Amino acid sequence: MQENCLLKMRNINKLFPGVKALSNVDFTLRKGEIHALMGENGAGKSTLIKILTGVYQMDDGEIIISGNSANIRSPQDAQNIGISTVYQEITLCPNLTVAENMFIGREESFIVRHRYYEKRAEKILNDLGIPARSTQQLGSCSLAVQQMVAIARAVDMKCKVLILDEPTSSLDDNEVNMLFSLMRDLKSQGVGIIFVTHFLEQVYEVCDRITVLRNGELVGEYLTEELPQVELVAKMIGKELDELSSLGEFEEKQTAESEVFYEAKSLSSSDALPFDFEIHKGEVNGFTGLLGSGRSESVRAIFGADKVNGGTVKIKGEDVKITKPIDAMKHGIGYLAEDRKRDGIIADLSVRENIILALQVMKGFFKPISRSEAEAFADEYIKVLNIKTASRETPIGSLSGGNQQKVILARWLLTHPDYLILDEPTRGIDVGTKLEIQKLVLKLAEDGVSVTFISSEVEEMLRTCSRLIVMRDRHIVGELKGKDLNQAQVMKTIAGGESKNEG
Amino acid sequence: MKDNFKKIFKGGLGQLTIPIIAICLLVIFNLIRDPAFFSIALSHNNEGNLVLSGNLISIINGASELAILAMGMTLVTAACGGQDISVGAAAAIAGSAFVKILKSSPNINGVTVIAAFLFACVVAMIFGSFNGTLVSVFKIQPMIATLILYTCGRSIAYWINGGATPTVDSPIINAIGSFIPGIPIPTPILIVVLVAIVFKLVFHFTSLELFTQSVGINGSAARLNGINSTFIKLLSFIILGVCVAIAGTIGVSRLGLINHETLLLDVEMDTILAVAIGGNNLGGGKFKISGSIIGAYVIQMLTITLYAMKVSSTDVKAYKAVVIILLVVIGSPVIKAKFSKLMNNIKNRKPAVAKGAE
Repeated sequence: MQENCLLKMRNINKLFPGVKALSNVDFTLRKGEIHALMGENGAGKSTLIKILTGVYQMDDGEIIISGNSANIRSPQDAQNIGISTVYQEITLCPNLTVAENMFIGREESFIVRHRYYEKRAEKILNDLGIPARSTQQLGSCSLAVQQMVAIARAVDMKCKVLILDEPTSSLDDNEVNMLFSLMRDLKSQGVGIIFVTHFLEQVYEVCDRITVLRNGELVGEYLTEELPQVELVAKMIGKELDELSSLGEFEEKQTAESEVFYEAKSLSSSDALPFDFEIHKGEVNGFTGLLGSGRSESVRAIFGADKVNGGTVKIKGEDVKITKPIDAMKHGIGYLAEDRKRDGIIADLSVRENIILALQVMKGFFKPISRSEAEAFADEYIKVLNIKTASRETPIGSLSGGNQQKVILARWLLTHPDYLILDEPTRGIDVGTKLEIQKLVLKLAEDGVSVTFISSEVEEMLRTCSRLIVMRDRHIVGELKGKDLNQAQVMKTIAGGESKNEG
Repeated sequence: MKDNFKKIFKGGLGQLTIPIIAICLLVIFNLIRDPAFFSIALSHNNEGNLVLSGNLISIINGASELAILAMGMTLVTAACGGQDISVGAAAAIAGSAFVKILKSSPNINGVTVIAAFLFACVVAMIFGSFNGTLVSVFKIQPMIATLILYTCGRSIAYWINGGATPTVDSPIINAIGSFIPGIPIPTPILIVVLVAIVFKLVFHFTSLELFTQSVGINGSAARLNGINSTFIKLLSFIILGVCVAIAGTIGVSRLGLINHETLLLDVEMDTILAVAIGGNNLGGGKFKISGSIIGAYVIQMLTITLYAMKVSSTDVKAYKAVVIILLVVIGSPVIKAKFSKLMNNIKNRKPAVAKGAE
């Protein structure tokens, strides 16, 4: 066992101002294994990765690579000793060709021999079975292929340790499978892969070992087959199992008909085809479907986020016109966008300013919320939603993903919406926060708020929604409720075959 | 004490650190060079008014137009992530418009001056909205959009008064440009204070600051939160227009004439520089008006110091450039990161020693 150790990290410590990010963490990676690094947001996964890749310097500890103590002071050092990283966001240049992307920054001479590189790139792509041509512009490849090109680049740099940081979060199932087969290939060639992800199923599909971190401490290292999924979750969030299942008490979802809050007839936008939709007061419904099925586009049309082209909208039975976000907000609709970084947070502004933003817009330009009022609001929601932040004046950009999401949630809760649209509120955030958000959704519904909840994890939607609208190829292909609300039925409807469900 | 120290480097003053250090260094340098440099005298001027004079007064007075323009420029920078390079030319237009109204009435009294000023404001706001529309509606880069007015502005100013450089002679104009009888402080300084207070009040009574920063930092998120970013950007240019009109009016009043070729010549680059020295990100986003004001005074103090050192006016620009390189480099993210790392190391050393003692 000793000799096939690729990487050993021992007693790693890292202190950030005021926070102990890592304390005495050990991590071992063996030759030819795929090793999942799991933990909630803020557990220290990213810090550990960043120490390994030379972005941060550890305060204390030891890194041993292939038996030699390594001193990693910069990303360049990490690369030189064979550690490569592929991040969630593609960090290549979309306007260059695949070959150029693979060799940029490591040309052997000043004269760039295009033909030679293209040939070499073609060979690597073939060997790894990546469906791309070396002369193709990277931007014209799908995200998954771009991701794979990034991996190919890393592999060609003779990497021994490959770190994949959330590589699958923007890929669909097919693409994930392609990525996995590539990972297995590399594994058989003896590359050690560290896989960071939030998708539990993917961990069980592809990983040999799991290391769990919690609050900057090592919980343990496990063989995947010896750790059932529920136990893994429990270890990650440090909560007892029965607490996890306590969501069950909401199981009895209210299906009693209440008044219709929102109703759209053949609503369409620049991105969404015409569709009909209605939601009752206090109802939680969901839009599901594969990526690109039009679920996000549809809810964006409801909020007026894209250019609305046509259709009629009624709120509480009265005709209204919603063409831009402010119209929707004035009618009591809130919208948490799918892409938190691009459409949600105002990164440099404080938690306080981010929380009051939507309410401030609704109050209007000439009625600013006073500083003391804003502070009270911020403190209240930091407490209610258990937002982990150094203070309310901390820039939101420096919070972890889950906590940023909570701040955006707080922003909309503060407007006391009648109808809240949550598009992927749980994406890229840890299991503990996911549960908190699901509970919150059910609590809101109890208080009479209508909620549209979208998630890529069908199971999560089945737990929270009382009605599921299924979309395929930008059309609504079914509506499931009651006894039809189960995984099999959802899959069947997504996959097609059945025409529009008549209830 | 220690806490204060920490605050200065860790937030609190934050972006004001560099401009404040710069101004302190300039003051210290001047005090060593000539201890009497900052002495202020109270004396009668040739109109018999009791007035303050001295280098310090002339620095603060001389920077007035720059400070006012820098305040407006800060808003444009924050909202649009770019700068307006036409402020000098626009000020010449506003100044010409101001003089045009004054000249059109037989005798200049308070009412005509106010009317002339308001007219100048309207004219400057119209040109501001021209720039603003190009930037916010047509999404043209601010520097390119304002290049148009930068190029043709002084020609437009020339047409307004038919190519002449008319003089205006009136005690009221004189009072705006130099001293109000009975008040020993130069009027332009008072106007700067007034404009700063108005900005402060606007920020207090509206959401301008929050909205502008939101639009500048993340336009897409701002839009989805119901902010009309087109309007916010346009508004920033219109507000800058008002600043331009005020600066133009002061400029005209100082000389008692409008010279469309030389009024506030090259002021645009100094204005942008003041915003930058003030620690504001020229790419938009978070801003501090106070930083830009201090930045304006830093630039003026630098200029006056160089003149006082008998540096010829041709050489001044070169020397200025050297100091500015230093300021900008010190304020750069790279140096800041290095510095905060250094501070952290110093801070972390102490607990480590304490631990060792245990």
